[in-house]
Amino acid sequence: MMQEGLDDGPDFLSEEDRGPRAVNVDLQTDATLQVDISDALSERDKVKFTVHTKSTLPNFKQNEFSVVRQHEEFIWLHDSFVENEEYAGFIIPPAPPRPDFDASREKLQKLGEGEGSMTKEEFTKMKQELEAEYLAIFKKTVAMHEVFLCRVAAHPVLRKDLNFHVFLEYNQDLSVRGKNKKEKLEDFFKNVVKSADGVIVAGVKDVDDFFEHEKTFLLEYHNRVKDASAKSDRMIRSHKSAADDINRIASTLYTLGTQDSTDMCKFFLKVSELFEKTRKIEARVAADEDLKLADLLKYYLRESQAAKDLLYRRGRALVDYENANKALDKARAKNKDVLQAETTQQVCCQKFEKISESAKQELIDFKTRRVAAFRKNLVELAELELKHAKGNLQLLQSCLAVLKGDT
Amino acid sequence: MAASSERSPPPFPESEEQELEHDLEEDEEDSEEGADIFTGGTLSDSAMDPPLPVSSSEPPKDIFSEPPADTFKDPLNKTSAEKAASGGLSKAQAAVPVKVAADEELDDLFSDSLGESGAAPVTDAKIAPLLDLGEEPQKSDVIKKGAGKDDASTEVLSAPQNDVIKKDIFEEPPKGAAKDLPTDIKDGNAAGKKPASTDLFGDDDDEDLFKEPLGAMTKKPQGSLFTEAKSEAKAARPEQSNSAAADLFTEEAFTVTPVVAAAKSSVNTSSKTNGLHSDEEDLFAEATVELSLDSPHNDRRKREAAKPSAPAPSLSASASTSKPQPKTLEELEEEEKEDTFDLNISVTNPEKVGDGMNAYMAYKVSTQTSLSMFRSKQFTVRRRFSDFLGLYEKLSEKHAQNGYIVPPPPEKSILGMTKVKVGKEDPSSAEFVERRRAALERYLHRVVSHPSLLQDPDVREFLEKEELPRAVSTQALSGAGFLKMINKATDAVSKMTIKMNESDVWFEEKLQEVESEDQQLRKLHAMVESLVNHRKELSVNTAMFAKSVAMLGSSEDNTALSRALSQLAEVEDRIEQLHQDQASNDFFIFAELLADYIRLLGAVRACFDQRMKAWQRWQDAQNMLQKKRETEAKLLWANKPDKLQQAKDEIVEWEAKVSQYEREFERVSATVRKEVIRFEKEKSRDFKKQIIRYLESLLQSQQQLIKYWEAFLPEAKAIA
Repeated sequence: MMQEGLDDGPDFLSEEDRGPRAVNVDLQTDATLQVDISDALSERDKVKFTVHTKSTLPNFKQNEFSVVRQHEEFIWLHDSFVENEEYAGFIIPPAPPRPDFDASREKLQKLGEGEGSMTKEEFTKMKQELEAEYLAIFKKTVAMHEVFLCRVAAHPVLRKDLNFHVFLEYNQDLSVRGKNKKEKLEDFFKNVVKSADGVIVAGVKDVDDFFEHEKTFLLEYHNRVKDASAKSDRMIRSHKSAADDINRIASTLYTLGTQDSTDMCKFFLKVSELFEKTRKIEARVAADEDLKLADLLKYYLRESQAAKDLLYRRGRALVDYENANKALDKARAKNKDVLQAETTQQVCCQKFEKISESAKQELIDFKTRRVAAFRKNLVELAELELKHAKGNLQLLQSCLAVLKGDT
Repeated sequence: MAASSERSPPPFPESEEQELEHDLEEDEEDSEEGADIFTGGTLSDSAMDPPLPVSSSEPPKDIFSEPPADTFKDPLNKTSAEKAASGGLSKAQAAVPVKVAADEELDDLFSDSLGESGAAPVTDAKIAPLLDLGEEPQKSDVIKKGAGKDDASTEVLSAPQNDVIKKDIFEEPPKGAAKDLPTDIKDGNAAGKKPASTDLFGDDDDEDLFKEPLGAMTKKPQGSLFTEAKSEAKAARPEQSNSAAADLFTEEAFTVTPVVAAAKSSVNTSSKTNGLHSDEEDLFAEATVELSLDSPHNDRRKREAAKPSAPAPSLSASASTSKPQPKTLEELEEEEKEDTFDLNISVTNPEKVGDGMNAYMAYKVSTQTSLSMFRSKQFTVRRRFSDFLGLYEKLSEKHAQNGYIVPPPPEKSILGMTKVKVGKEDPSSAEFVERRRAALERYLHRVVSHPSLLQDPDVREFLEKEELPRAVSTQALSGAGFLKMINKATDAVSKMTIKMNESDVWFEEKLQEVESEDQQLRKLHAMVESLVNHRKELSVNTAMFAKSVAMLGSSEDNTALSRALSQLAEVEDRIEQLHQDQASNDFFIFAELLADYIRLLGAVRACFDQRMKAWQRWQDAQNMLQKKRETEAKLLWANKPDKLQQAKDEIVEWEAKVSQYEREFERVSATVRKEVIRFEKEKSRDFKKQIIRYLESLLQSQQQLIKYWEAFLPEAKAIA
C-alpha cells in the first residue's frame, strides 16, 4: 500500500502520485477547459508527454483530444507568454524544469558494470532501488509539466492564448527547437541587462504602498524560499541515504541469518525482515517529504520568481512612464516634438496603469493560491508523516513482541 | 582476608606429604562412610539448612596461609580415585559424578604437574569400572589408553589422565548422569552449588575445574535423556553456570561421601582464600564431625556442608524426581545472568590527567559485588587506558595458549587520543571519550563474566588494588610494541606454513563459520557506521532546514501560514534532536556491539590458532619420535650396543613427549570447544539483548515523531 507509487511499474500516474498536482491549487476549477498529461514516455534523451485536453470551448474542433509534446515545446509556450507584451501584467506560470535523468541513468549504468562484484540478491535489490528512484524522478517531471499546463488552463486570460491552443490541439510536431548557442548567449546578456536594470528599477521608490510592500516581501520571500528549498533537498537526500543504509543492513543481516548455525539465525532473519520493512517506510517518508515539501518549495521558488518578474516589468513601465513625463516636460519647455512626446507619455501611462491594475489582482491571487497550496501540502505532509510513523511503530512493536517472546 | 598479592603466587605444596597422609586417612574414612552418607544424605542436608553465619574472614586466611593448592593437588588425585572406587562399589549411579569430580581435580593437579605415580594407576583402575557402569564403551577405551600411557611414564601420567577424564566428563556425564545418577544427591549438589559457585572461583587452580564442569553442563542439555530430567531439575536450580560446575563437585561429595567433599573442599580452599560463604562454614560444623584435621579439611567440610544446606529443599524434591542435574540451556542462561549480577562494574568519570602529549585519560572503575573473593562489597580504583591494555596482555599471556577466548580491549586510537590531548572541548573528542569509556566498561564485563578469568589474580588486582605498576609494553611505538609486532608477524607466517589436516569436523565447520561471520559482521559494521553518519548528516540538515523554515515563516505575510511555518520549524527542530539521539543510539547500541564482536571473533580465531599450534607441536614430536626409532633400528642393525641404550632412552623420552603433547592438544581442543560454545551463547544473548534495546530506541523515536506531527496537524489545518 505504502509502496504503491514506487513499485508498480508502468502505471506511474496512479492516483496517489498525482499528488504533485497539489502544488498547483488553482482556485477555479473550470469544466470548460481541462488539461492533463495522461501518459509519458521516456526515450533515450527526451521525454514525450501525452497532453490530454477536454474542452467545451468553441475554438477547438473536438471536445476531447490528445497530442504528444516534448519539454522544449513547453518552454516555447512559456517563452511566448513571457515575450507577449499583452501579458506583462500577469504572473506568467513558471516553466517546468528540464527533465534530468542523467544522474539516475549513470547510476544504473554503474550498477550494470559492478554486477560481478556483488551477490545476486544485492544486485537485484540495488537495481530495484535505482529503478524506483528513476521512476520517482520521472513522475516528478511529468507532474511539473502538468502543473504548468493546469496553471495556464486555469488563468482567465492565458487560457485563451492562441499559442496555447495550438500547443494543445495541433497534433504534429511544433518543430520548435532548442535554443542554439547564439541565442543562449543572447539570453544570457539579456538576463545580465535585466538584472542590472532590475537593480535600478528596484531603487525607484514606488508611489503605491501596495506594490512597495509586495516588492520588499517578494524579494525577501524569494530568497528564503530558495534557501528553504535547498535545505529541504539536502535533508531529504540524507534521509534517503539513511534509508539506503538500512536497506543494506537488512540484507547483511539476512546473510548473517542464513549463515548462522545457532539459534541466532531466526533472530537475525526476523530483524532483517523488520529492517527491510522499516527501510521501505523510511524511503517512503523521504519520498513524501520530497513530494509535499521540497516540491512545494521549489514550485514557489519559481512562482515567486515569476511574481518578481512581474514587479520588474511594472517597475520598468513606471520608470518608462516617468522618463516619458520628463521628456514631455522637456519637449514642452523647448516646444519641440511635443505631440510625439505626448503620445509616448500616453502610451507609457496606459501601459503602466494596465500592468498595475492586473498585477495587483495577480499578486492577490498569488497569495491566496500560495496559502491554499501550503495548507494542503502541509496537512498532507503531516498526515503522511503520521501514517508512516504509525506504520513503523506497529512494525517495531510486533517485531519486538515476537523477539521477546522468543528469548 | 588474605591480600590478593598473597594469593597470586602459585600455590605450592610445602607440606605435601603431611597433607597426603591426611588425605589418605580421610579417604579411608570417607569410603567407609560414603555409603552411609548416601542413604542419609538428605537428612543431614535438611538439618544443615539453616546456614550458620560464621565469620567468613578468618577461616579463609588460615587456609590461605597454609598451602591450600598443594593439598588440593595431591590429595585430590587419591581422594578422587578412592571416591570413585567407593562410589562405584556403593552405587553405580554414583560413579559417574565421581568421575567428573575426579577429572576436574585431576586437571588441576596436572596443571601443577604434581603427579603421584601411585595415585595415578589407582584412579585409572577405578575409573575404568565406573565407565563400564556408565554404559559407554568408548570412554572406557579412552581411559585405558590413558592408563597405558601412564604406565610408560609415571610423570606424564597425571597429564594423560586429565585428558581422558575430560573427555569422559564431556561425553559421559550428561548421559550417564541422566541415566544412572538420578540420585537425590545430585539435586542436593546442584542446590548447594549456588552459594558455592562464587567461592569456587578463587584461584588459578579453580579455573580448570570450572571450565570443565561448564563444558559438561552445556553438553548435558543436548543429551536426550536429559530432556526428561530438565523439567525437574529446573525447579531445583536457579543457580549460575559456575554453580553448575560446583554441582558436579557437590555431587561427588554426596555420593562419595565426606571424602569427596574433602576433595572438593580442597579445591574450594583456594576459593576460600577468595572468600568463603558463611553458609559453608556453618555446614562445615556438621561435616567436621567426620573429618577433623587440617584447616584445609575443615574448609572442605564447610563447603560441603554449605552446599548441602542450600540444596536441602531441592534435595527432597530431587529425591522424588531422582534426576536433578540436567539443566536446560535456559536455566544455564539464567544462572549466568545472575552470575553477572553478583558483580557490577562500572567505568565512569573519564578525566584528563596531565597536559600536552603526556596527558592521559583516567577512568574510575567502581565495583559492586557480593562475591566473597573480594575484600569488600564496594570499591573504586582509578585506571588509565594503558592499564586496561596491560590487563589484557597479562590475561592473554596466561590464558590464550590454553585455548581460552580472552576478551580483547578496545583498540588504541592514536588519532582520537591525540585529539583529546590537543583539542579542548570539542564534541568529537567528548564522543571519543564516551565511546571509549563505554567500550572499557563492556570489556571489563566480558572479562569478569568469564568464569576462569574472573579467578585470575590479575583481574582482582586490577579491580581492587589502589596502585598498579605502570603497564609499559602497551605503547604502540615502544620497543615492546615493536617486538610484539615482530612476534605477530612470525606467528602469521608460521600459521600459514602449518598445514593441519583437520580430523574433527566440528572444528573445521566452526572455524569456517567464524570466518564468514567475521566477514559479515565487518560489512554490517561498516554499514551501521554509515547509517550513523547519514543520520548525523540528516540531523544537521534538518536543523538547517528548521532554521530556514523559521525564516520563511517570519517573512510570510499571511498570519496563519506564518504561524504554521514557525510551528513546522519547531517540529523540525525537535525531529533534529530525535535524529541526533537516534544516531547515537545507532552507534552506541548497535555499531559498538558489532565492533566488540568483530574484536571478539578475532580472539576466537586466536584460540583456534592455539589449537593448531598445539597440534603442530604434537606432530613435530611424533616426527621426532619416528626419527629416533629409525636410528635405533639402524644401531640395532649395526650392532652397536653402547649407543643402543642411549637411543632407547631417547625413544622413551620422546614417546613421553608425544603423549604429553597429544594430551595437551586434546586439552586445548576441549577448552576451545567449550569456549566457543560459551562464546556463542554469550553472543546470542548479547545480540538479542542489544538489538532488542536498539529496536526499542527506534520505537521510542517513532513514538516521539508521532507526537510531534500530531501536534502539528491542527496547526496546518488552521491555515486559512
